[in-house]
Amino acid sequence: MSAVMKDNDWIRIGMLDEIPRLGARVVETEKGNIAVFRTATDAVFALHDKCPHKGGPLSQGIVHGDRVACPLHDWKIQLETGLAVAPDEGCAASFPIRIEEGIIYLSLVPNEGCPDTV
Amino acid sequence: MAEKLVVIGNGMAGIRTIEELLKLAPEAYDITVFGAEPYGNYNRIMLSPVLAGEKTIDDIMLNDLQWYQDNNIKLHTGKQVTHIDRNNRKVVTDDGLEESYDRLLIATGSNPFIIPVPGNDLPGVITFRDIHDVDQMLSASKEFKHAVVIGGGLLGLEAANGLMQQGMSVTVVHLMDTLMERQLDPPAAKMLQKNLENRGMHFLMQAQTEAIIGKDRVEKVRFKDGTEIYADLVVMAVGIRPNVELAKEAGIHCESGIIVNDTLQTFDPKIYAVGECVQHRGMNYGLVAPLFEMARVCANHLALHGIGRYEGSVTSTKLKVTGIDLFSAGDFTGDEQTEELVFQDAARGVYRKLIVQDNRIKGAVMYGDTLDGPWYFDLMRDETDISDLRENILFGQAHLGDSGHGEESRVAAMPDTAEICGCNGVCKGEIVKAISEKKLFTLEDVRAHTKASSSCGSCTGLVEDILASTVGGNYSQAPHQKPMCGCTEHTHDEVRNVIKEHELKSVRAVMDFMEWDTDDGCSKCRPALNFYVICQWPAEGLDDYQSRFINERAHANIQKDGTYSVIPRMWGGHTTPDELRAIAEVADKFKVETVHITGGQRIAMYGLKKHELPLIWKDLNKAGLVSGHAYGKALRTVKTCVGKEWCRFGTQDSTYLGIELEKMTWGSWTPHKFKMAVSGCPRNCAEATIKDFGVVCVDSGYELHVGGNGGVKVRATDFLCHVKSEQEALEYTAAFMQLYREKAHYMERTAPWLERVGLTYVKEQIVENTENRKQLAERFLYSQKFMQNDPWQERAEGMDAHEFNPIIKLDDSMKRAS
Ligand code: SRM
Ligand SMILES: Cc1cc2nc3c(=O)[nH]c(=O)nc-3n(C[C@H](O)[C@H](O)[C@H](O)COP(=O)(O)OP(=O)(O)OC[C@H]3O[C@@H](n4cnc5c(N)ncnc54)[C@H](O)[C@@H]3O)c2cc1C
Ligand code: SF4
Ligand code: FES
Repeated sequence: MSAVMKDNDWIRIGMLDEIPRLGARVVETEKGNIAVFRTATDAVFALHDKCPHKGGPLSQGIVHGDRVACPLHDWKIQLETGLAVAPDEGCAASFPIRIEEGIIYLSLVPNEGCPDTV
Repeated sequence: MAEKLVVIGNGMAGIRTIEELLKLAPEAYDITVFGAEPYGNYNRIMLSPVLAGEKTIDDIMLNDLQWYQDNNIKLHTGKQVTHIDRNNRKVVTDDGLEESYDRLLIATGSNPFIIPVPGNDLPGVITFRDIHDVDQMLSASKEFKHAVVIGGGLLGLEAANGLMQQGMSVTVVHLMDTLMERQLDPPAAKMLQKNLENRGMHFLMQAQTEAIIGKDRVEKVRFKDGTEIYADLVVMAVGIRPNVELAKEAGIHCESGIIVNDTLQTFDPKIYAVGECVQHRGMNYGLVAPLFEMARVCANHLALHGIGRYEGSVTSTKLKVTGIDLFSAGDFTGDEQTEELVFQDAARGVYRKLIVQDNRIKGAVMYGDTLDGPWYFDLMRDETDISDLRENILFGQAHLGDSGHGEESRVAAMPDTAEICGCNGVCKGEIVKAISEKKLFTLEDVRAHTKASSSCGSCTGLVEDILASTVGGNYSQAPHQKPMCGCTEHTHDEVRNVIKEHELKSVRAVMDFMEWDTDDGCSKCRPALNFYVICQWPAEGLDDYQSRFINERAHANIQKDGTYSVIPRMWGGHTTPDELRAIAEVADKFKVETVHITGGQRIAMYGLKKHELPLIWKDLNKAGLVSGHAYGKALRTVKTCVGKEWCRFGTQDSTYLGIELEKMTWGSWTPHKFKMAVSGCPRNCAEATIKDFGVVCVDSGYELHVGGNGGVKVRATDFLCHVKSEQEALEYTAAFMQLYREKAHYMERTAPWLERVGLTYVKEQIVENTENRKQLAERFLYSQKFMQNDPWQERAEGMDAHEFNPIIKLDDSMKRAS
């Protein structure tokens, strides 16, 4: 693949293989980190790497199902929406991801629905 | 289209099942509920406090009509189901309404038993079961004076107390010569009776009711011996009968209850039953805790997850009369096989009796001070060997060195502002509020909603007490066997056995073989499974990287700001100028913010950036410094004092032995962290008696101590044995560590583990059985062959590089580059 950009919004961040299953890698940006998670079924999600509780780095948590457990106090955050699992409340901003031929593209325009921003 | 589920009975068990089902599979069914009572779902056990004027009906509603709407449940209140047509799979109500089902849940509870005497249908003769009964009692108490309660069991006494609170003069009539004979032994029953008499309650014991007399309303009760007493109100509380008529009429197999199997299925596989109406393995239950367990299992099967099993419950009871504390569980009468431990302090009004068989608690009766009830109940349910606790067991848990849990735990007397959970700053008032507003029943619920007891767990007992005193009586105690976590029904021990027997060598293999409920576990079970696998199969077991907590992946401790700390090993607390220089240089080069002497005799560096960790380790490695595993469920420190080499009192070379111990054990993974210490004489400067394994040197050799713990709940070690040589000390250490590794539950430190299995057991395994000790030690050393690789060196050399580096760094100019 030589074409890096699909359109103005999508940034190529790496290959699917570079993220371990049930794990995460970090995209460093000037405004803060974005955690990119890969589930057991190879779904990929991106969240602001900052737990809505006390800012724990979600990228360091244990990924299970469609959730990640924050490493600091074990809140569970939904990977797709960034919402904390009830009864906890709050959310981490989530970002669109696209995968084509094993290449992961990220958009830095957060999904709607969460007031958190990077 | 979703299948149709019809529920008969809008009571505690039926709706609890639906709540559990909605958690598991919210979309699986179109749900219709029929309830004969004209309300939403309420907490029946709280009718007693309502009658006593301590609560209102509003306080005890669990799910209002809005809840049914919100969850798309069709609720028919005030409608009785009168017929189940199994052929056409539909139910019919008293007013002719029909509803078809794919699956049916019967939760019809039970009916109060009415004694068959003349006059039992007179106005003013009632039972105590539902809101309607309570309404009748409350209005009678405004008009009339004399109440007679027939039945001196739990329910009868709670009714009598309530009516007394409402200003009536109450006589309790009881067939036996002691009250609550199904829960209390005679001494406790007598204390109870006396206390109630002091409050103004009257009793007629060994009295058999012959007739109820009256013209338009009850006027008198007559007994077999011919005596009569006045009565404007008669409450029958002599027992309940499972409500099985409907099921029986439909041809479903019933005995005294509807017969169900371990999945709560009746004889007709489309039909399930839960609650008081069922009979399971020959038992009928009349308390909510077992019903809630049934509900959980039943929901699991309705959701087609299909692996839970209900295997029966051990129950305990309390009486909900404010100011009276009594607790009863299990078999409290005993027989020739059992012994009794009894404590009685008549002046303080305290009585405790434990029935013990083979050093296991079989039953307990407590009166006056029941704070330790839940503890005895746990010991009983877990079948804990109590030989080591026997001496003090009757004085309660506070007496066993449970610091911070003693006198203060009189929760009822605590002000709302009292801080219960020190970790999360949660006060009693907040917990009480959450329990009553959010209708919480279980410890897990309270944890989830308030965070109390969700961190270090030391306040768990207090939170359980608050739960019990707020919810009343029997809140849903932990089930008979505690599953590992919400992902499975299996216990820690079951999982460990299966890993061994079926040679399961990876986390995935265990979850597949044992049919985990979730796709890939959770942050609680995965680390546990991973440990169990590598403990059992040190050579071939797959150490699953993603099942380890971040500290054990990054081999450093994560800090609150996302930076890391690094603590190199200092063998036995010894260091050298070279090591200190290396640390100083690293601290300068990497601009370490804090250098700190830890509580474990070594040096920690704080505020390190993750991506620099491998570089830091490389520099430390050069000076011979390796990982201290300060981050792991693993061997931590071996503290020592200077001992014989320098100290004027030292008896042996404690420092040398400490270093040898650390060299032998470093790198081993354990269920929880494992700490050791060696002191050179009984002055014990290395604090060996609060360590998981401690050695105190004496003139004649080495005293070995086990199961100590500083930290949350201080526990001094138990003395294991005395040995003569260093070599033996090493062998015993290896054997003890291996026994702990093989038998403890993940996240269980040696202190609670030892209390669970008992010192006697450990002695049998290690001290008395030489062959076994040698084998344990051998297995430990074999496992160490695979564990003793310095994880820092491996990573400094490039292992797991992805862990330490971002996948990409973006700055504005790079946005468009790859
Ligand atoms: C660094 C240190 C404090 C210090 O600055 O001195 C420390 C720091 C932590 N301790 Fe500790 N403990 C330290 C010595 C102790 C001691 C003293 C000792 O070892 O002699 C104790 C009491 C003794 C004991 O364990 O029985 C101690 C009892 C605890 C406990 C309570 C354990 C318990 O079973 O009750 C925890 C909580 C836990 O492990 O769940 C804990 C947990 C922690 C954690 C891991 C908390 C966490 O999860 O982040 C801290 C990590 C700090 C870090 O990032 O480096 N720390 N901690 C000490 C490291 C010693 C070392 O060289 O490795
Ligand atoms: C006053 C009192 C105090 C108690 N205190 C305690 C305590 O402290 N601790 C404890 O553990 N337990 C206590 N219990 C027992 C506990 O309340 C019961 O075990 C529990 O409520 C039983 O739940 P269930 O769902 O099986 O039955 P229920 O809660 O009785 O629910 C059955 C429901 O089904 C309805 N129904 C029956 N037949 C039909 C039909 N054909 N069609 C439609 N609807 C029907 C009934 O009207 C009822 O609402 C107490 C009980 C009472 C009465
Ligand atoms: S325990 Fe104290 S007195 Fe004994 S050898 Fe050690 S330092 Fe000396
Ligand atoms: S910061 Fe994430 S759980 Fe506390």
